[in-house]
Amino acid sequence: MRQRNRLAIAAVLTCTAALTAGCGGSSTNEPSAALEGRGPITFVAGKDEENVNPKIVEAWNKAHPDEQVRFIELSSSADDQRQQMVQNAQTKSDAFTVLDLDNVWTTEFAANRWISELPREQFGVDKFVPTTVETSLYRDRLYGVPATSDGAMLYFREDLLAKAGVQPPTTWEEMRQACDKVLALPEAAGMSCFAGQYEKYEGLTVNFAEAVHGAGGVVTDPNGKPQVNTPEAKRGLDALVEGFRAGTIPRDAITFKETETRRAFMDGKIVFSRAWPNQYSHAAKNDGSSGVAGKFDVAPLPGVAGPGVSSLGGHSLAISAFAKNKATAVDFIKFATAPEQQRLRLDQGSLAPTLSELYDDPSMQAKYPYLPLLKKSIEGAEPRPRVIKYGEVTDVIQEHVYAALRGEKPSDQALADLQARLQELTGQQ
Amino acid sequence: MTTEAETAAVPTSGQARGPRRRRSPQAAAAARLAGVLVSPTLLVLGLVVVYPIVAALRQSLFTEGQGVDADGFVVEGEQFTGLGNYADVFAGPAAARFWNAVWNTTFFTTTTVVLEALLGVVMALIMHRAFRGRGLVRASVLVPWAIPTAVSALLWRWIFASDGVVNAMLGTQVLWSADGAPAKLAVIVAEVWKTAPFVGLLVLAGLQVIPRDVFEAARVDGANAWQRFAHITLPLVRPALLVAVLFRMLDSLRMFDLPFVLIGQQKGSVETLSMLAWQEATNVRYGPAAAYATIMFCYVAIVAFAFVKLLGADLLGEARSQARTARKPGKAVA
Amino acid sequence: MSSSTSARSWKRWVPHIGVAVIVLYCLAPFYWMAATAFRRPSDQFDLSPLPAVWSLENFRAIFAPDVGFGWALLNSFVVASVTTLLTLVVGMTTAYALARLRFRGKNAVLALIIACSMFPGISLIVPLLKLFTDIGWINTYQAMVLPSLSFALPLAVWNLTTFFRQMPVELEQAAMVDGCTPGQAFRKVIVPLAAPGVFTTAILTFIMAWNEFIIALTMVNDKEMQTVTVAISKFVGAQGHEQPFGTQMAAGVIVTVPLVVAVLIFQRRIIAGLTSGGLK
Repeated sequence: MRQRNRLAIAAVLTCTAALTAGCGGSSTNEPSAALEGRGPITFVAGKDEENVNPKIVEAWNKAHPDEQVRFIELSSSADDQRQQMVQNAQTKSDAFTVLDLDNVWTTEFAANRWISELPREQFGVDKFVPTTVETSLYRDRLYGVPATSDGAMLYFREDLLAKAGVQPPTTWEEMRQACDKVLALPEAAGMSCFAGQYEKYEGLTVNFAEAVHGAGGVVTDPNGKPQVNTPEAKRGLDALVEGFRAGTIPRDAITFKETETRRAFMDGKIVFSRAWPNQYSHAAKNDGSSGVAGKFDVAPLPGVAGPGVSSLGGHSLAISAFAKNKATAVDFIKFATAPEQQRLRLDQGSLAPTLSELYDDPSMQAKYPYLPLLKKSIEGAEPRPRVIKYGEVTDVIQEHVYAALRGEKPSDQALADLQARLQELTGQQ
Repeated sequence: MTTEAETAAVPTSGQARGPRRRRSPQAAAAARLAGVLVSPTLLVLGLVVVYPIVAALRQSLFTEGQGVDADGFVVEGEQFTGLGNYADVFAGPAAARFWNAVWNTTFFTTTTVVLEALLGVVMALIMHRAFRGRGLVRASVLVPWAIPTAVSALLWRWIFASDGVVNAMLGTQVLWSADGAPAKLAVIVAEVWKTAPFVGLLVLAGLQVIPRDVFEAARVDGANAWQRFAHITLPLVRPALLVAVLFRMLDSLRMFDLPFVLIGQQKGSVETLSMLAWQEATNVRYGPAAAYATIMFCYVAIVAFAFVKLLGADLLGEARSQARTARKPGKAVA
Repeated sequence: MSSSTSARSWKRWVPHIGVAVIVLYCLAPFYWMAATAFRRPSDQFDLSPLPAVWSLENFRAIFAPDVGFGWALLNSFVVASVTTLLTLVVGMTTAYALARLRFRGKNAVLALIIACSMFPGISLIVPLLKLFTDIGWINTYQAMVLPSLSFALPLAVWNLTTFFRQMPVELEQAAMVDGCTPGQAFRKVIVPLAAPGVFTTAILTFIMAWNEFIIALTMVNDKEMQTVTVAISKFVGAQGHEQPFGTQMAAGVIVTVPLVVAVLIFQRRIIAGLTSGGLK
């Protein structure tokens, strides 16, 4: 009887093993370096707020009947997007052609040969804000063309600051002093001073990097070596830790992602908030949804020691190494990053452009008063660590910083542990 | 391939042994029939589950290239490491995290399954009573189960938000979604809410196939409500309840979405084994991810095996006669 | 009012109170979801028990033409129905064999089947994606139905086996004396009697398939083929970095209510139909 059972199981296993063997490797595509071939391609991106990408695809398709682009819409979660793109590369499928990559993924995708190198001279990279191009490079070779960018700004309650007679702060110390005066106002009863994003997710890495850079430190040095166990980095982290301890940052900000920060600011619970530019239009809405419409303004981020430094956000367009019709893909990337499409993205999706000229355009500045400030923020922004294992690096940063913010670990120990883990992760490169 | 599986799934043709009915040609026919009837299930499972499991087992013995060549490219190809990935899990730098995840998984499974079983039985008993609007009650019990997990996890995330409705109602300022004991509690509440109906519905179905005259007979015999429940109802719904609990256990040992969305990644107080496996896979460390998955598989298998052996004789065959004798007093002749 | 009548009336109320508590427990969070769905996006996070201003904006956003939610509902319906149907047919035949026929290796088969429910689902994705890419199943219904089937089958087989076992063999034997084949006896006698179990399995399977996400997300990249849960994952928040709370809550209402209404209608019909057939 035993034997029979085993037979049955063995048969199922053989059957599946046969499947594995029979199907492996038959239709996989080897990566090719040449950007050749014309014909239909796909453009893969997460869903965006105002469907800008489908509109760009539509415009392209009208002009290129023989090289149609099919838009593949991914989930709006960045984790899902990355996972699907990685899976596509793992299966060496040619289903995805042009990828809309978050700039922190560029290094990983390039080093794994999941995306093709692009001819720098063809894309006129000088016209872009330099920092955005930098995040599309790996070992000085171009792997993506920046399509959107993002830099943080300090949102503040102009009405309250005016009443208290203080100027927008440029350092954390000034911000604390401003708060002392503002919070003494009767209108500010029950308010807290400042909040960014401190929940355990990518936003925490962003906010931690900003604190460290604003204190004159770095997360990784120009050679890619982690440098978080330094007095500067400690000063940056301590500013956040101290903020929580002193109540400058409200206690529940440890659960804040972008939505919660925006709500806290728009509900009049905080005086200052660190946020992305696309919050501007929401806070300015006059339909009663925003409690701060007409009462707020934006300023550059304050730093712990001197002016603040934003972390750089944004996406660039890359070509999957396993795709067909890469010549068409190159043309499509040029089209999708042209001034016209970038303007469309800004107008309809509140997405910051990557071309310098758009920031300097007076008609654009009239429409978006924060543009000059945003340009400065992006020009001075620091990219997050550009490492192959970015996923793991951001995980360990979050782990240790979160522990420090919650008071589970003193900041110097958190940073020493973090340094050790980061060295382990980047040392293998 | 098909024929192979089919013939293999007819394991006993010609040799079936029936203790009471020794009609051997019929027995042979029955065995053949059994093979035909069982094979579609085995085929589907073989294709969709066994094949990936075999692939994962193989994967767990390899590691992906970690080195980088002179041009900065990750060196392609996998290396065979034998049980290296497993050794890392148990004794590597992440071992503490692994044991924490084992503990969390076990804790969540124990607490939620016990609560779900209790609640589910209560729900089933109440739904079983005849009253007007019973259909409506049954439908509303389905609601938590019918909401997609991602949506319900998000719903609970906002219910448990720092300025959410729970804190407002309790007048507290608990940061539920931050790490710690409140996070554990939030996960348990949300999980039990969502899946108690699963147990309830299966137990209800079990109740419905008990003939009413069984209860009547007991009532005539003067049994009170508790006695009727403990000595008649419970034994009779036992098979259905055990299946429900077994599958709830299997599911909650693999719990993933709910803590992931409700509390977040990498929160030590709620991190489960599935989340660890996911984390490794998402960092393109497929070897270790497969090792975690395999270890989990073994753990789940041991738990399930122990459960079936300890409690569920009726689940695996032989007890059929037992069930029949249990119903005999009530239903003498059908 | 004598004490006995008051005791009786008290007793009469117990189940009603129990019912009320259960309904409240199950529906309160759902109510909160629905209330949120009907709020304006601008006061999405109000804590008032009723929306201050009722709004259909979230629902309008879901059914905006570019979202393709209608198609997604249809796709989910097709996938879940086919999965349920196949699960019942395949599961019942297997369960019949396991419950009634005598053959060796029965326990091994049962163990093998349940073992399939023990592997973390997320670890099955990459091998399956590879397989389905190679055989050209990307963007097909079968690429979603088959995995869902495999997730649903273990529960169906185990549950139905248990139910069938509980049915007295004498009934079948009587039918066979009347000239039925074992198959007929099973279909005409046992299945109707086990109807509650069959029907419950069907509901649970349908909902499991309806709510399946990760397979549908991975195996389909064509918008016209996506299911409801995938469509929901593509909702975007009030701004770029935010979670689409209001629309997801509205979608939760949209995908849950028809399910519950359908169960409400069908359960009466189906159970009534089957039982009357069985009692003939």
